[in-house]
Amino acid sequence: MRITTTRVICQVFFVALSLFLALATQFEHLRGYPVSLLLQLDPLVALASAITTHTVYRGLLWALVVILPVLVLGRFFCGWICPLGALQQFVAWAGGSRRLRERIQANQYRPLFAAKYYALSALAAAALVGSLQIGLLDPLCVLFRSYTVALLPLADQVAGHLHVRPHVHQFAWLVGLLLFAILSLSLVVPRWFCRVLCPLGAALGLLARFSLWRIHRDPGRCVDCHLCLANCQGAADPQARLRKAECMLCLECLERCPHGALRLAFLPDLDGQITYPQVRARRAALAALAGLLVAGWSRRSGRVNDPQPELLRPPGALAEDAFLARCIKCEQCVRVCPTNVLQPALGEGGIEGLWTPVLKMRRGYCELNCTLCGQVCPTGAIQPLSLSQKLGVGEFAGRGPIRTGTAFYDRGRCLPWAMDTPCVVCEEVCPVSPKAIFTRREQIVTRQGETVMLQRPYVDPDKCIGCGICEHECPVKDRAAIRVTAIGETRFADNSLLLR
Amino acid sequence: MDRRRFLGRIGLTGAALASLGAGAIALHDRHGTGLYERARRGPAARVRLPSFRVPDTTGSVQLAIARGTDPARLVATALGMLGGIERFVRPGDVVLLKPNVAFARPASWGATTRPETLLAVARHCRQAGAAKILVADNPINQPEGCFAKTGIQAAAAAAGARIVWPRPEAFSRVQIDGEVLSSWPVLGAPLLKADKVIGIAPCKDHNLCSASMSMKNWYGLLGGRRNQFHQQIHRVIADLAQMVQPTLVILDGTRLLVRNGPTGGSLADVTAGDTLIAGTDMVAVDAAGYELLGRDPARLEYLQRASARGLGTSRWRELNWRQDWAG
Repeated sequence: MRITTTRVICQVFFVALSLFLALATQFEHLRGYPVSLLLQLDPLVALASAITTHTVYRGLLWALVVILPVLVLGRFFCGWICPLGALQQFVAWAGGSRRLRERIQANQYRPLFAAKYYALSALAAAALVGSLQIGLLDPLCVLFRSYTVALLPLADQVAGHLHVRPHVHQFAWLVGLLLFAILSLSLVVPRWFCRVLCPLGAALGLLARFSLWRIHRDPGRCVDCHLCLANCQGAADPQARLRKAECMLCLECLERCPHGALRLAFLPDLDGQITYPQVRARRAALAALAGLLVAGWSRRSGRVNDPQPELLRPPGALAEDAFLARCIKCEQCVRVCPTNVLQPALGEGGIEGLWTPVLKMRRGYCELNCTLCGQVCPTGAIQPLSLSQKLGVGEFAGRGPIRTGTAFYDRGRCLPWAMDTPCVVCEEVCPVSPKAIFTRREQIVTRQGETVMLQRPYVDPDKCIGCGICEHECPVKDRAAIRVTAIGETRFADNSLLLR
Repeated sequence: MDRRRFLGRIGLTGAALASLGAGAIALHDRHGTGLYERARRGPAARVRLPSFRVPDTTGSVQLAIARGTDPARLVATALGMLGGIERFVRPGDVVLLKPNVAFARPASWGATTRPETLLAVARHCRQAGAAKILVADNPINQPEGCFAKTGIQAAAAAAGARIVWPRPEAFSRVQIDGEVLSSWPVLGAPLLKADKVIGIAPCKDHNLCSASMSMKNWYGLLGGRRNQFHQQIHRVIADLAQMVQPTLVILDGTRLLVRNGPTGGSLADVTAGDTLIAGTDMVAVDAAGYELLGRDPARLEYLQRASARGLGTSRWRELNWRQDWAG
């Protein structure tokens, strides 16, 4: 079997694996699968979170499985494993030009391809000051986010049987459109995203300088036919001085060369190669400065360390600055959330919080007997909780339950409070015992002069855990008469409500 | 231009003119009426649920109270007093079991139907020759979690029963003609397939209507904006009793959720009731169940409303009833 056929099989396997893991990230299918495995293998997740947290969190050590061979071989991850890269390659293969000359043209290196190093520079600089933003562009984060927010819900709409009550996600169109753009651009320039923007590819490109094995061209045999470029995935100039930082080890050039001028050589002479990415130091510094400034300005915008009423984080989420040092916006928590309450944030958490998980009670509620979001989080932004830890029972009785916020009545919208009408659905669904919502019977005289007894509801802030099922089930559907805000959330001492 | 091409081009333009014109006329909505109502609540196609009752024969027992702790024995004893499951289920019947699976929590918290009870009823139906057993509910919490965590999914699997999930397409608007509900979206897919319907409800406290038993259990068949029902809860529960005329209801009082209902949330809210009530008159069954909770049926508004509307009787002792110990 040809080596490139082996590679294609490998790529198909990892695309299938990514889809399988995304599908398995669901209450009924979990069965102990390592559903965040591919995210844990992602070296950029491990490296960038090591910068922000000075640790390599639990399963992120798996990234060594990728990093160590990259140090020896170069960017084999991009050519052989990355499912987003494989999908782009597929699109280019299926829909790109068939004309040899155009394909050779499309696979030539362009100065624009240095942009990814500047992107990496900006993201790494932001990480230095504690803001983990790699998830915006990291291909695995992009892919899993697209699965969760855009692709699987649409498949559910067409084919059904994913969720009994279909899930929706705010701004799914935006996430879907970005994936569509990434894949479509491959028709114009194959692997446009990998070559131009991918910060993971850039990081691996930097690591590739240590490689022992490299594509080596024998100038004596080469006739400058440029056929090696016909399928070159990285636009790595195998026909001239190989750009090792761009080479994805797809090995198409070896297959294509009619004269045997190319081979994968152990310790070849480096004179014929460009070992470092061609990056202008001042531009890289400028990009880093931009990263630092945006991160700094974000913190000076007062969104991170000030309590935000709408910024409701899932149970087990760390305090906001620690959370932002870990969350990679992969949406695994959003995917696994059984009630659809977890949504990718747009503006709720400020600019740094884009696509991080927030609870939207109109969409769902935080299920009392559920801790799945923390179980699948690959980086510990949401801590894995035991049920007794979440509920504050057993050995955790002293600490009390994990609270995500506190519910408040909007009495002007509440049926028993403002409209002389019985209701108290909120009390009915309140899941804790004793209920955090209680009523007082009040006798009122209606406008028609009728004397009626009403149960008027109140929240006991000592019992309320902020799960939001009251808000979710409130019959005042468009803007509920009881709403949860973040005050009282356990994760952030500065946002506590009662003196405990 | 030769004649053939001339005719060809004229014909093509003519066909375009004719098909566009015909299409427009065919699609023409001349009066444009009814759009507002259709857009407001979807297609008006309404079905009426058939009655699932089996006629009483003279002297047949209408209500049976079994005392004991083991759900399987309680079910067997209660069904025995009523004349056996064969009185209700004929060979070849499709039987719908309607448990209360409203909340994603363990059955030991008393908020949902015990899986052991459902399994026992399903096995009796199977013995009577039921061709198919369906289990359906539209829970308040996420359905997958509710069926899994209450144990109802496992019990259904053990009984060879099929769960009919409350997917959006499983609902259809049903004509009720009640006091409050004239028509409502109902989990119609299983109801319209079934020959017999058996309700299996826990006996529990309820914050608004005092108790949730076998009549309130039908709430779990409704879709739509059912959280508005609380505004007239007693009238609506009586309407539910009018909407579904079940073959049999079983009220499981082995565990009683005596406070913090209908959700519970702590084993401290649950006491042992050691009773299972089965009967063909769900108003009577609920009246007996209400007494089990230590409360007076004469003071429960929905029971009185349902009695007054002739849907059953809250004075259950006037029926032909039996009581026995289950081994």
